[in-house]
Amino acid sequence: MDFLFLAELFVNGLSTGLMYSLVALGITLIYKASGVPNLAQGAMVMLSGYLVWAVVSLLSWPLWLAIALAVVGMFLFGLATERWLLRRMVGQPVIMIVMLTLGLDIFLRGFVPGLLGAAPKRLDLGIGLAPIIVADVFVNRAYLVGAIGAMVLIAAAMLFFRTRLGTKLRAVSDDHVASWAVGISVERAIGISWGIAGVAAVGAGTVWGSVQGVDWTLSALLFPAIAVVILGGIDSLLGVFVGGLVVGVLGSVIPGYLDPIVGGGTRDVVTSVLIVLTILFRPYGMFGREDIERV
Amino acid sequence: MFYRLSGVHHTRYEDTRRLWPIPADRRLVAVLFLLALSAPLWLSELYLQNYLLPWLIWSAATLSLTLLMGVAGQLHFGYAAVMAIGAYSAIHLVRLGVPFELAFIGAGLVAAVIGCLFGAAALRVKGLYLVMATLAMQYLVDWVIVNVPAISGGAHATLQAPEARVLFFSFADGLTRYYFAFFWAVFMTLFLLNTKRTSFGRALVAIRDKDYAASVIGVSPFRYKLLAFFSSSFFGGMSGAVLAFCFYRAVTPEQFGFNVSTQLVAMVLVGGLGSVIGAYLGAAFVLLTPMILSNGIAALSDAGWLSVSANLLAHLPLMIYGALIIGFLLAEPLGLAKIYDNMRNYFLVWPFKHSRR
Repeated sequence: MDFLFLAELFVNGLSTGLMYSLVALGITLIYKASGVPNLAQGAMVMLSGYLVWAVVSLLSWPLWLAIALAVVGMFLFGLATERWLLRRMVGQPVIMIVMLTLGLDIFLRGFVPGLLGAAPKRLDLGIGLAPIIVADVFVNRAYLVGAIGAMVLIAAAMLFFRTRLGTKLRAVSDDHVASWAVGISVERAIGISWGIAGVAAVGAGTVWGSVQGVDWTLSALLFPAIAVVILGGIDSLLGVFVGGLVVGVLGSVIPGYLDPIVGGGTRDVVTSVLIVLTILFRPYGMFGREDIERV
Repeated sequence: MFYRLSGVHHTRYEDTRRLWPIPADRRLVAVLFLLALSAPLWLSELYLQNYLLPWLIWSAATLSLTLLMGVAGQLHFGYAAVMAIGAYSAIHLVRLGVPFELAFIGAGLVAAVIGCLFGAAALRVKGLYLVMATLAMQYLVDWVIVNVPAISGGAHATLQAPEARVLFFSFADGLTRYYFAFFWAVFMTLFLLNTKRTSFGRALVAIRDKDYAASVIGVSPFRYKLLAFFSSSFFGGMSGAVLAFCFYRAVTPEQFGFNVSTQLVAMVLVGGLGSVIGAYLGAAFVLLTPMILSNGIAALSDAGWLSVSANLLAHLPLMIYGALIIGFLLAEPLGLAKIYDNMRNYFLVWPFKHSRR
């Protein structure tokens, strides 16, 4: 067994996994606050990737300004989605809400590439392509930057839940009616969680856009992100972090050895099997809160 | 003529329990049945084979998903995979020399057995987690079909539906294909309408409303959840076989991808959860509206009234389809069936609005 090969797969899996966490972060934030599974997060990542690309390439403004603009834009987009779409679905069965976010996902997948062009676009963050070599292990530089960005954002989200606003959000996620009774605006808290999910999408869109180009395939990141949140526990930030690492490593090491044998495409299989096994054996994930149901 | 409840006085319980207790409904159903039966006479070959035929098949598939999602309340986001299993098994069975009639049932059985594996997740979780589990299984089935050459005939390969005949009529004939699809849609409709009135159907409804409560009154959730997945997958697989033999004639794995699963769920939801007429309306709406609207916009842009880039035009169906789902869920969560119901209730007593229904 080639140890170097394994180490390389492992390290690259870690960084890819952290980048999956970045996509999954938005899903967890929204679910934590409002109990809505946001299947449009992949499309929001794609939208922010396109936004950053459009400002950089079409307006030829500097990158930092583009990211700042995208952050503002996606925050407003999140607020608007919550205000005009999700708030009207309060009290509907979960299938309606799932389908609504899926409808939004389909709409964005048509609208954004339709407007800005479907061909893959290059988004250059100025990282460079030369790999970093640590003790003979090749590490992809772009993935490393993505992983660091992911860790910073997840840490920021964890810190955010310690602030006054974050405490309110935690209260809302615990109990809507009780937080209403003590004077917290539940609607605003949920809206803000959508806005922050939009900001997280900008991080994911920029990083993933620079790695694999900006086009509709960015929205397909939803699938590994779902695996991350299911595995880690859908309402846990720590779960996003650890789940991302596990999904990334398994999704890199297993295909690394299996792909040459069965002819490719095993990464999706690993992701699917992870989802199915988690749901069968521990539905609320590693760190999620177990729901207790009453008749 | 106008007041359609006029003279309707049921004096026996059997009369009120009929499928369509009101004569006006019976007449409407009869007219629609005759229209569909005579469609080859008054509809051109193009419309028959490209619009009416797929609509009937998709409606039948939607009906079998309605049995699971609408009646039994189990969410399923991998239904296209179930149909794919049915389609591929039917083709392979016919290739092995099994007569189509038997292969048709065999396809249903294979799909039902594998469909029960989807159901295994339903025994453990429900709601959102069930959505995720079935979605993951869709990817697994897709991968197996693509990567096992014995099933798909190699990656990126199309599998031709072999020559087959059903009751002495060959599928090479367009009329056979239409009438077989029509038969299947009628069968599914009658099956679903009647299932809702049996003890099996009522047990499924009890499971849908609250599975714990159902188990308290003696309806075993284990048994009926698995039965719901079994029967729904059985008919889903058979619908997949009809789709393969009557419409596609050659199947590829992409025809049964995740997008098709969402499309089926959209048909059920846009039509109205658990409604039979809704399955027909939903299938028609989801299939046709994006096509018609984007064709209309393409025509406007060709005429020079509207400037739309080719790229945007290519993405229009997807946009319209997404917007349609969002719009329907926001405006009428109960779907087209509710709209139809409102209209029917209005005209049933028109012009005597004050009378009781």
